[in-house]
Amino acid sequence: MLVIKDLYAKVEGKDILKGINLTVNAGEVHAIMGPNGSGKSTLANVLAGHTNFEVTHGTATFNGKDIFEMSADVRAKEGLFLSFQYPVEIPGVSMVNFLKTAVNEHRKYRNQKELSAGDFLKLMREKKEMVQIDSQLTNRSVNEGFSGGEKKKNEIFQMAMLEPTLAILDETDSGLDIDALRIVSNGVNMLKNKNNATILVTHYQRLLDYIVPDFVHVLYEGRIVKSAGKELAIELEEKGYDWIKKEVEG
Amino acid sequence: MAELLEKISAVDRISNIFDANQTMVGEGLPAWVNQARTPALQAFQKMGIPSFRTENYKYSDLTRLFENENFRRSFKPDLFDVDLAEVFSCDVPEFDTHLILVANGWYDEKSTNSELFPKGVIIKSLRKAMLENADLVEAYYGKLAKSNEDPLTAINTIFAQDGVFIYIPDNVQITKPLQIINILRSEDDLFVTQRNMIIAGKNSQAKIMLCDHTLTSQQFINSNITEVKIGEDAVVDIYSIQNQHNKTASFSGIYVSQDKGSTLSTNAMTLHGGIIRNNLKISLDGEHASASISGLALTDKNQHVDNYTSIEHLKPNCVSNQLYKNILDDSSTGAFTGRIHVSPYATKTAAYQRNNNVLLTDAAKMNTKPQLVIDNDDVKCSHGATVGRINDEALFYLQARGINEKEARLMLMFAFAHEVLAEVKIDKLRDVIDELVNKRLRGEVSLCHSCALDCIR
Ligand SMILES: Nc1ncnc2c1ncn2[C@@H]1O[C@H](COP(=O)(O)OP(=O)(O)OP(=O)(O)O)[C@@H](O)[C@H]1O
Ligand SMILES: [Mg+2]
Repeated sequence: MLVIKDLYAKVEGKDILKGINLTVNAGEVHAIMGPNGSGKSTLANVLAGHTNFEVTHGTATFNGKDIFEMSADVRAKEGLFLSFQYPVEIPGVSMVNFLKTAVNEHRKYRNQKELSAGDFLKLMREKKEMVQIDSQLTNRSVNEGFSGGEKKKNEIFQMAMLEPTLAILDETDSGLDIDALRIVSNGVNMLKNKNNATILVTHYQRLLDYIVPDFVHVLYEGRIVKSAGKELAIELEEKGYDWIKKEVEG
Repeated sequence: MAELLEKISAVDRISNIFDANQTMVGEGLPAWVNQARTPALQAFQKMGIPSFRTENYKYSDLTRLFENENFRRSFKPDLFDVDLAEVFSCDVPEFDTHLILVANGWYDEKSTNSELFPKGVIIKSLRKAMLENADLVEAYYGKLAKSNEDPLTAINTIFAQDGVFIYIPDNVQITKPLQIINILRSEDDLFVTQRNMIIAGKNSQAKIMLCDHTLTSQQFINSNITEVKIGEDAVVDIYSIQNQHNKTASFSGIYVSQDKGSTLSTNAMTLHGGIIRNNLKISLDGEHASASISGLALTDKNQHVDNYTSIEHLKPNCVSNQLYKNILDDSSTGAFTGRIHVSPYATKTAAYQRNNNVLLTDAAKMNTKPQLVIDNDDVKCSHGATVGRINDEALFYLQARGINEKEARLMLMFAFAHEVLAEVKIDKLRDVIDELVNKRLRGEVSLCHSCALDCIR
């Protein structure tokens, strides 16, 4: 589904990604961990198509198509979804209008008829229940005045609305309380099937108890320096990153 | 040198035009109207054409415009071969208004059905009112819009002949909006002068819309002054939609005096027009009066829009609230000056002002300047101005959800604009304006009526 080969990227003249290799197949869950500033969000943003980042080398294909040939909105409509680490507030753009536009843009892209107002509201109600998001939130502007946790929940709600084939969740667990973490994880698990895949960027083993990864990768200084099964996360939780840094440097 | 000497200055030309046409201009009007012309001319000669050096016109130099014009004047009503009421019949369902048509500054009796106006309400040509309702008109004429304070007011007073007069008696509430449509239509370049007066009696209510349109592609200069007296506890809304083509220079002045407990809302929506200057002066001259004023300008190409507001807090416990926004594309320019004066007597004043602007290109420019003069300590006052760009992170967020860049930009611009639109209290009108703004932002021709003429170039 996603194949990244020897990917380099920089921002404001500074190299951040320095040779990423990663393959994600349908039905898989990958966790990416790593120290602060190692490039996890950069990788997520590069894949989603943020123009701040310049890809200097390497390739990435999504379902066989060159991802860098597509604008951000096309990538989304091809089925890529990024749950932002820091969702931005957009005053004046109502949640309803935003979601309706997004859903219908996806439908148009797939040559489906746009949803009627009634059908859209029905869909929204259904998905709201699934992620148990406060009903009032959808009456407001996108993320405006949302608490940290509400913003993260809202990301998963949007994911539920858009049903992507590849979801990259960038620290969706940070800022969630214990109940919310469980609800959000349940939501992600419910959306999971053999045709889609998930990349979880996280700092904590706890999330991985709920959403069990098939692979755990450690991103360090712009490269994936270690990949293993879910037991790696437990090891990291116990020992921190020092031993990995030593391995890399030594 | 010889050439320079031969070139007549704009002030001289305007003075000459008045001298040569004085009789025609004053014909059929009472002496007190005509007697105001000479002092206005003298004031104008003293102040000159507004330029960068003129007080309050720092951002709008009109020297070139006036140097180069030698337009026809509309000293007599032009005959129209079409029924303007029909051309402008609003096809928006459930948006029902009392229609008042003004063509080239002249009240159009033929197209305005005065029988449909509510009882006791006087709506007629200002010219007629000057004769038939002299007591009402004379009390305020030139008293709110003062010729010696503003050169554009002076020019208007020198040549004023007609416009709209609206009088709402005490305790009369008009529910249906009054819609004044100002049409410019000419086969040669034209200078139009229009003068209006609105008097709202005690405890009266009215919603007034001013729609400015051009029907032919000639160059126009349009001077339009409205004096507004709002009585005790009266509630008046004034909405203007400026939608003239870009070869038009439009100078509007709305001068308001508010009595105790009265409420005014204004909203100026600028969609098209070449050079636009809107003066809005409000005197809060009674306790507990409030004014909520807002404006939105969407400009592109070489448009220039300059909003100048002046709020005089004269009495205690009054509130003024201002919100102006501009979205500027291409090499368009904008200006906002918000003057607030709180007099020593106006204790417990609350005065708020905000001006937010978005530049879509590097060539677009916006000047914004608050001018606060506060002569007592017992006030709540705030002002803020921003000039920014579309938020890239918000743009990316929308794109990352599958919304293409163009559409995402429009959503953000619309969101920015909508805060001003939310001030419009007539639901149907707000929907209409929403749609107009949407179309304008999309660069589609935005006609708000079923007009078949292609007037927006
Ligand atoms: N727009 C930017 N301008 C300058 N530097 C940037 C920008 N975006 C990211 N960086 C830098 O790139 C590096 C990687 O940042 P990134 O956000 O990818 O880290 P991360 O692994 O997600 O960290 P965290 O765990 O703290 O979220 C950091 O040093 C960061 O400061
Ligand atoms: Mg990060």
